Amino acid sequence: MVGLMIGAVVVALIPLFFILLNLVLKGAGSLSVDFFTRTPAPAGETGGGVVHALVGTLIIVGTAGLIGLPIGVAAGVYCAEYPTSRITWITRFVADVLNGTPSIVIGVFAWAWIVATQKHFSALAGSVALALLMIPMVLRTTEEMIKLVPNSLREAALALGYPRWRTSLSVVIRTTLPGIMTGALLAIARIAGETAPLLFTALGSQYLSFDLNQPMAALPLTVFTYATGPYEEWHQYAWAAALVLILVVFILSLGARLAIGRRYSINA
Amino acid sequence: MTAVKEPEIAPPPPTPVISLERANYGDLVFRLVLTLAAVLIPVLLGFLVYELWTGSRLAIDRFGLDFVTSSTWDPVAEEFGAYPLIFGTLLSSLIALLIAVPLSLGVAIYLTEFAPKQLRQPVAFLIGLLAAIPSVVYGLWGIFVLIPALRTTAFPFLRDVLGFLPLFQGPIYGPSMLAAGVILAIMIMPYVMSVSREVLLAVPNSQREAALALGATRWEAVITAVVPYARSGLIGAVILGLGRALGETMAVTMVIGNRHEIAASLFAPGYTMAAAIANEFSEAVGDLHLSALAYVAFLLFVVTVVVNAGARLLIWRVARGSGAGSSAL
Repeated sequence: MVGLMIGAVVVALIPLFFILLNLVLKGAGSLSVDFFTRTPAPAGETGGGVVHALVGTLIIVGTAGLIGLPIGVAAGVYCAEYPTSRITWITRFVADVLNGTPSIVIGVFAWAWIVATQKHFSALAGSVALALLMIPMVLRTTEEMIKLVPNSLREAALALGYPRWRTSLSVVIRTTLPGIMTGALLAIARIAGETAPLLFTALGSQYLSFDLNQPMAALPLTVFTYATGPYEEWHQYAWAAALVLILVVFILSLGARLAIGRRYSINA
Repeated sequence: MTAVKEPEIAPPPPTPVISLERANYGDLVFRLVLTLAAVLIPVLLGFLVYELWTGSRLAIDRFGLDFVTSSTWDPVAEEFGAYPLIFGTLLSSLIALLIAVPLSLGVAIYLTEFAPKQLRQPVAFLIGLLAAIPSVVYGLWGIFVLIPALRTTAFPFLRDVLGFLPLFQGPIYGPSMLAAGVILAIMIMPYVMSVSREVLLAVPNSQREAALALGATRWEAVITAVVPYARSGLIGAVILGLGRALGETMAVTMVIGNRHEIAASLFAPGYTMAAAIANEFSEAVGDLHLSALAYVAFLLFVVTVVVNAGARLLIWRVARGSGAGSSAL
């Protein structure tokens, strides 16, 4: 039986190995300075790059973070600081529901809310969809992190005459700030790779754009378009863009995980 | 992890000092801001349900519940039925579970009960990396690596060995229901694995010790004492994986072949609810087409909410208070 289980571990690790290997083998060859600095060449021509998608992902994910982080963190602090409140119970439950909601459904919601009322696709709608995806994740980690703060710390601050809000802000939240940032990074890593909510919100584009009110390219959308397109050259670009995307995601989430590991070892 | 108790606040002194009154205003504002954020989330969910409902209103009025059982999907004639989509979603998720569950449970049991201490963290970490890979990258890999590999090796093999079943007959295209199931299996495995691992870790050691003390081998202890104790949590982990598989979009869209048909053969292309939305939504022309897709999204939402709620209940039953599974949920 143990042999079978070791077999299961090996089988489970094979896809990871092959995905990473293929990404490097097929993607690394197309990486060049042009790739990071130029916009795509017209279909059929060679050359060009994906700078529009890099900038787009940065803007869309950044805006999503600006919307989602404050709401997620504040709601997480609420749930941790007022655990007996009825709102806490409801918010926690709803966050779990949202967390299990398929990202494509969130995309349909953002479409109905923003794109359908404005009558045009926009990067902002994509950011809202991504923000909605990250709020429950940020809420959960914030709450868990704050619950780790020993009560004696709170009591010490209150005993020194700090009001509750200052105790929360400058004692509780400050102690947990690294943990909260870690949760934020993990959430950003997760939404940076999301494609489905952007399909009919940010839509994608072939041009470099900085306007949140217009369609905008994003790295995952570029991978999708190029991978399903008809040209061999596009496929190579899809691999290269996927390699860049996965590097971004891995660096963000590995950095976050390492930070968590270090934090726990200090506490222990 | 026990819930943090509300710190006791000293009762205000009989003659309030000015600074303390100011502090109370601060508390009020602080609590108000946090409450607003906390209330905003249920409000957003309510808004989401409302938007999905109004968006699909046209299709609901027109097709009602027949939508679920009808198999015509004809945007030109404005006839829509989601049966092939629902069937495809369920079948691809079922294939994924059949492959992923034995694997993930095997890995989880090995890592918690048998593996050498130094191996446990690194292996769990590597499998966790699979969860960090974006869906669209799985799709890319599926199109260019997995499908060609399956088409030349596994599919012909299955047709030769199990060809007497209708499931494994017919021409081999490549993009197919089975390919979608395989890629979904790879994608949900890390979730099922990490939640089952946390559930198994939450089983008290006295369970194992009791079985071992009665003369059981380590394997017998796992089978007779650990797994039964964790059973509902493990089922929860599996259902959680199911929830992921049902809603997974990009990778499936890229490998399933996208055809509104129900075929007996797993080698034939199919379609899922999420894939249909992804493919057709931005190109839908008529209002009814859009509305039908919103209806599909609404159904998908309801199904995943039910599935996830069930999974959470089951996990809570084992891991109540230990926080197990919470990070993965």
